[in-house]
Amino acid sequence: MSHAIITRKLSHSFAGKQVLNNISFEVQTGEIFGLLGPSGAGKTTLIKLLTGQLRQTDGDAELLGTDTRKLGAPEHRQIGTMMDNFGLYERLSVYDNLLFYADICHVPRGRVTEILKGIRLYESRKTAVSKLSKGMKNRLSLARALMNDAKVLFLDEPTSGLDPATTREIHAILAEQRQKGTTIFLTTHNMFEAESLCDHVALLNGGSIVEYGEPAALCRKYNYLNKLRVTLKDGEVVLLENGSDSAPQIKEYLEQERIAAIHSTEPTLETVFVELTGRGLD
Amino acid sequence: MDMVAAIFKRQIKDTCKNKTIFIQFVMFPVLTLIMNKAVKIDGMPDNFFVNLFATMYVGMAPLTSMAAVIAEEKEKNTLRVLRMSNVKPQEYLLGIGSSIWLVCMLGAAVICAAGSYGLREELAFMAIMAVGNFASLLLGAAIGIWSKTQMMATSITVPVMMVFAFLPMLSMFNATIAKMGKITYSVQIGSMLERIDTLHLGPDNMGIVAANVVVFTALFLIAYRKCGLE
Repeated sequence: MSHAIITRKLSHSFAGKQVLNNISFEVQTGEIFGLLGPSGAGKTTLIKLLTGQLRQTDGDAELLGTDTRKLGAPEHRQIGTMMDNFGLYERLSVYDNLLFYADICHVPRGRVTEILKGIRLYESRKTAVSKLSKGMKNRLSLARALMNDAKVLFLDEPTSGLDPATTREIHAILAEQRQKGTTIFLTTHNMFEAESLCDHVALLNGGSIVEYGEPAALCRKYNYLNKLRVTLKDGEVVLLENGSDSAPQIKEYLEQERIAAIHSTEPTLETVFVELTGRGLD
Repeated sequence: MDMVAAIFKRQIKDTCKNKTIFIQFVMFPVLTLIMNKAVKIDGMPDNFFVNLFATMYVGMAPLTSMAAVIAEEKEKNTLRVLRMSNVKPQEYLLGIGSSIWLVCMLGAAVICAAGSYGLREELAFMAIMAVGNFASLLLGAAIGIWSKTQMMATSITVPVMMVFAFLPMLSMFNATIAKMGKITYSVQIGSMLERIDTLHLGPDNMGIVAANVVVFTALFLIAYRKCGLE
């Protein structure tokens, strides 16, 4: 199977309000797909539609080759979800939470210890979830999603509000999952996360996809300036044409040892998003 | 049944760590033990406090616990995660309901042990409590399913629980309340417990309890159809 997720003109409205409008994209098996958009753009609704928690009002969606309106036990066993709110049993320990889901998912109990070690929560296994930090709860929630060796992971804002160190840890875990061939569908409003992790991204605004593609390709596509930004050691910034005409000037700076940094002027994903929608991602 | 067993075990663990719920199960059995030993009044019927607290227990513990547990799971999204993990609504309700029912029956056993009963009376006591706890569970489940949050569940449960838990006691003091209260299952449970030594359960007792169960089942189904477990 080449595509884990396919949507065609997917639309959803709720209480007379159009939440998603004509959403079409494909997610290849084994890739990390990022859905970028500000709060209220419809990201969580899209995950709910794709996982069968909601039914679309129009259009089609397929998950692992099955119409999302007909998802049953076999498909649910192949997906793992981590939603924005943790859905953990706060009074139970870390270990008991995972043990419960191991029983629910018919996973051998030994897998709990394996996952706890893998996600670096083994030392806190006896701690009640209510006493964990937000980052630890995020990791536990991710551990639960990984419990059944899912073919597709749906992660809703997996690093939202986390410190950089925990974010890096979660990114490492996701990269490891990709190595194993797991398809990951994540929503985020963190452009760095999308740029560094995702193979493809879709920019969602007001319920519609405004752009879709590889992060680097999108940044290049919207690089209207197409220049080189040379920052000199004295703080001066010089913009040069991105072509052979600029070579003598750069050579001169190099000979004078004046260059602090050279960058292209391609925009970040956030700049692209602002360009396309007139609003930021936060 | 694996799912039901897993939910049952998890709920038992959670109940033991949830002080608010746990106290519901402990309060009346402990009160019964204390009052039964400490208070002796001339002319007081046999097992007065046992019957009184058993009836209040039936009207309070299963109802409030079931409603609170379901509403909390909805509010904290654990129920959504369970549904995503392919747990069927009937498996969830059976797992939660059976665990709360079992804990309620343990409490009932303690209350029963505080009374002075023979073996046959004890069995009858437990059977009556089993039916009463089941009726309360159904009503608690209906309220839990209907409520979106724990706060909403509490605001519905408290007045309902007060009616069912205190009607049997208030019926002792007021004839009008006694007359009106006869249509409730808790008053009938109290009535049956009072006459347990004769082991004679009138058709009116059983009929009214059965009618209550039918009404609660209907409420449960209406709540489930309207709100589901979302």
